[in-house]
This record gives sequence, structure tokens and C-alpha cells, in this order.
Amino acid sequence: MKDGATRDGYGEALLQLGENSSVVVLDAGVSDSTRTNKFGKKYPSRFFNMGISEADMVCTAAGLATAGKIPFATSFACFLLGRSMDQVLVSVAYSKTNVKVVGTHSGIAVGEDGPTAQMIVDLAYTRAMPNLAVVQPADWEETVQATKCLAEYAGPAYLRLGRSSVKGIYDSSYKFKLGKGHVLRQGTGVVIFASGIMVQESLKAIEILANEKIDVTLVNISTIKPLDKELVVEQARRNGAVVTAEDHNRIGGLGDAVLEALAENQVHVPTQKIAVNDTFAETGTPQELFKKYGISASHIAQAVKTAHSRKIKA
Amino acid sequence: MESAKLAASEIEELEKTAKELRRKSLELIYRAGSGHPGGSLSAADIVAALYFGVLRYNPKDPKDPARDRFILSKGHCTALLYCALARAGYFDESDLADYRRIDSKLFLSGHPHPKTPGVEIATGSLGQGLSVGHGIALASRLDGLDYRVYVLMGDGEVQEGQVWEAAMSAVKFKSNNLVAIIDYNKVCQDNLTRDLKDLEPLEDKWRAFGWDVMRIDGHDMGQILDALRAPPHPEKPRMIVADTVKGKGVSFMEGKPSWHGVAPSEEEYKKALKELE
Repeated sequence: MKDGATRDGYGEALLQLGENSSVVVLDAGVSDSTRTNKFGKKYPSRFFNMGISEADMVCTAAGLATAGKIPFATSFACFLLGRSMDQVLVSVAYSKTNVKVVGTHSGIAVGEDGPTAQMIVDLAYTRAMPNLAVVQPADWEETVQATKCLAEYAGPAYLRLGRSSVKGIYDSSYKFKLGKGHVLRQGTGVVIFASGIMVQESLKAIEILANEKIDVTLVNISTIKPLDKELVVEQARRNGAVVTAEDHNRIGGLGDAVLEALAENQVHVPTQKIAVNDTFAETGTPQELFKKYGISASHIAQAVKTAHSRKIKA
Repeated sequence: MESAKLAASEIEELEKTAKELRRKSLELIYRAGSGHPGGSLSAADIVAALYFGVLRYNPKDPKDPARDRFILSKGHCTALLYCALARAGYFDESDLADYRRIDSKLFLSGHPHPKTPGVEIATGSLGQGLSVGHGIALASRLDGLDYRVYVLMGDGEVQEGQVWEAAMSAVKFKSNNLVAIIDYNKVCQDNLTRDLKDLEPLEDKWRAFGWDVMRIDGHDMGQILDALRAPPHPEKPRMIVADTVKGKGVSFMEGKPSWHGVAPSEEEYKKALKELE
């Protein structure tokens, strides 16, 4: 199991994908941070650093895709989605071009750069777009696999990545499947549906809860769209209480996707949503921000206890 | 002498085609009860020249990798585009009856979508086409193919910031097989372009950005053909600023913002057709 930021896994996957001459990579002037520079160095003719012009980059990628290329259009999630939502909607999602829109540095986990660099609305943006798959891997290994999987998948996708290093969760025996959640720990008491860096926080939460008599299930939802509704419903029924955990605003992200699936399937169980509480955060280290803005491991642990107690009362 | 004669007959033929496209475009808009006549009429000569005198394509193999590409970045002028595609053989003229209608077999939507044969990408949100065209130009280099990419923009569209991002990108990558055309009809939806946000000095702007700039009369078929057929600059992308008249060919539509996006009444339609005979 390899530790590392998901953006590092992405850089590694692109290097491996470089053998496929259809794969092209675009960046918007932050290739050292997004790790696309490694691909650029090895495959300079298939690397296009478009400068600080995300809208132009996304549409350029769409043009490349119409000619049979598999473009990975990459920048910080904030600027990429913030600046090119219309371009992703029209030239990528609606046109169904085979573009992989890749946003690194997502969430408040970005830390000290503050709210203009902390993208907390991108899942809401991208989930709302027809035709667009939305993927957020949990660690280095899953990112390598998800990136390669998206290169094979013939369709538009958004890949949401992070800046900070996370502890390795998976080894190479794991097989990422687009559209499938993965049960990391099977329990019976409360199920946590977590995504991205919140999978690591959830694992810590389970440690915090070690002395409680709650048998926690942890499911990694790395494909946020299309959501693995079958697994969500099954685990919610089996555990009888649900916690969702995401580094994103509480509106429009993973939590809402899970709650929609439960409501559509008449699963009436206690639910707790761990997410940024419809506010902008501030500067600080990732862990300080997680604590202050309610998405730390201890918040998840508390949410598990709350959901569990409501289940018992019910 | 012989070749000059041939050229004259070709020009005459294309002028006829352009007129036919104008009539047909208005017919589509009239029948649909909605659409964009002004910009379709202003671009008709340019589009006629492209589809019937310049572009290399095979309508029986719309995805032929070696085809020249055309992007209608001013995506609202679909009446004109679909008429040209039908005439070019991508589909039957009878299919045009679906224009702007639900369950349209060929997805003949108000704005283009690649479900329609011959359409490369969806447009309709202004300012995206030049970047898309540039992406295709970059792909041609990777594939060692010598096709050219033509992007038709509206003048109002040039007010979009993304156009200037693309302008810089195409120069950075020396994408000399990219040809942009501005249908400079000087009229937008609610204003004259100069009152809305003046583009002048337009040629100077593109030259300053590093483009090879040509200025033509966008209703002079000889000038249009010469510009579109001119061999690529050794490294610069090409900009053709084409002076046009919005609503060209129909006296009561010419130069009027009010004819940007409304269909003619029956009476107006008949009157327009007479003027386009």
C-alpha cells in the first residue's frame, strides 16, 4: 500500500497511459502542482500547456477528442470548474466528447491557500450535468486505477483529486470498477459512505469508536455518478443507520446523492451528513480546517454515534 | 483566359447556391416559427463558398479522419448550416422538415449537436468554437494529416473573453491550419455591435495577437474564395474578417437587430422570397 496524494497517483497513471498514443494531456499553467509535468516531460508532443485559460483548455480538449484523442484536461478544481462550467457543460457533457476533466486540489483539504483555492461546490456542478461521470478516488493506488479506467471508458468524466498525502488504503490486488462502491469494512450497526480524503478520516473515526459497541460498515464511494445505488440501499438496509462523509459543501455532493437514493427506494433510516456546513472556510492546515468546519474524524465518529442512537430509539 | 472564364462560372454558380441557401434558410425558419434569420443571411455566401468550393469532405463518410472541419461557432445560425449540410449530401432535404421540432430524426435542434451528420461539436454558447477548432488543429498535427479547420464566428461573439484565450493559444502552438472567419455584420441581438461593445480596431487586434489577417467583402464570392483557398501562412493561424450585412438580401431585414432571432410572418416571408429570386 502506497501513501501519497491522489494527484501523485494521477501523475503516475498518466505516465503509464503515455504508451497509448491517443492519450493527450492539457494543463492550465499549474503542471508542477497537478503532476501532469511528468507526462509532459516524457511525451512533449502530446502535452499542451494552454496557459492560465481554463475555458480555452476545456474546449481545446473537446476538439482533440472529436479527432479521436483521449484528452485529460487538468487544473486546480477551483479554477477548472469555476472558470469552465459552461465549457464542460456544452463542449464536453452535451457534446459527449471523450474528455476527462481533472480537478486537483479539491475541498478544504487544500488548506492555507484559503477559500478561493478550496473547491467545495464542484460535485454539485458536475453531478448536475447529464452524461458526465464523476469519480473521486480515496488513495494513490485507487487513483492510478481510476485514471486508467477512465482512459478506457469512452465518455466524458470529472476526476476529483486532492493535494494532501493520504495513507495507502489499497494495494494492487484491489480492482477499481467505475460505478461501483467498495466495502472496506463490513459491519451491522451504522454504515459510513465516504469519498476521497474522507475515507481516511472515516478509518480514523472507526479507530476512535473502537471502544464503543457499534459495528461500523465503511463503504468507499469513489464513483459519485453514476452512484452505486444498489450497494447504497443494500448497506443502508443492512445497517439501519447512515453517515455520509465528504470534503465538499453539504449541498449537491455525495451526501445528497446518497440521500436521494435512499428516498427513491423508501429506505427510512437515521442519517447524518458530514460535509462543509454551507459556509466558506478560511486559511489553516487541513486538519485544523477539518476540525473547525466539522468534517474531521471525530465529527464522523460523533455522527456515527448519533445515527446509532437514533436507530436504537426508533 | 480559359481559367478566368471557369472561375467566373464557378463564382456565378456559388452565388446561385448562396441565394438558394438564403431562400431555404428563411423557409426553414418560417416553417419552424422561430430561428435566426439575420445571421443566417449574412453568412450565406461564406457558408456556400466553404461547403461547395473549399471544404474537402465525403458526406457518405462524415467521420473520415482526413476531412476538413467546419465549426459553426455562431451556433444560432443552424437554418443555414442544415440547409448547407443537406445540399452537401449529409442527409436528405426532406429531413429539414424536422427543423426545431420535437423528436427530430436527425436532431435538427435550434443549435447544432454532433448527433446531426456533419456536425463536429455542439455550439450555441458563444465563444467556444475557436478553442474547439484549435483542438482539432492540434490533433491534425499529431496524426500527420493536412486537413484545415475553419471556424465561423459572429462579430458579437468576439466580445467573449474565451475567444482571446484561443487567439493566444493558436499562436503559441503555431496552428497554421486553423482558419477563423468573423461574419462581421455589425449587428447583435439588442444593439449594433459598436454600441454594445466596439470591436475596433478589429484587424489590428488580431494582428497584435499574432494572426495572419485578411479583410474581405463577405458578400463578394471571388474575394471569399480567394481568402478561404489562400495557402496557410508558414506558422500563423489565419483570421478572415469578412464585412457583411446582417439580413443580407432581404431589404427590410438588412442591418436590423430586430431580425436577429425572429421568424418572418407569412407576408414577410413571401416578400423576402421575392427579393431573393
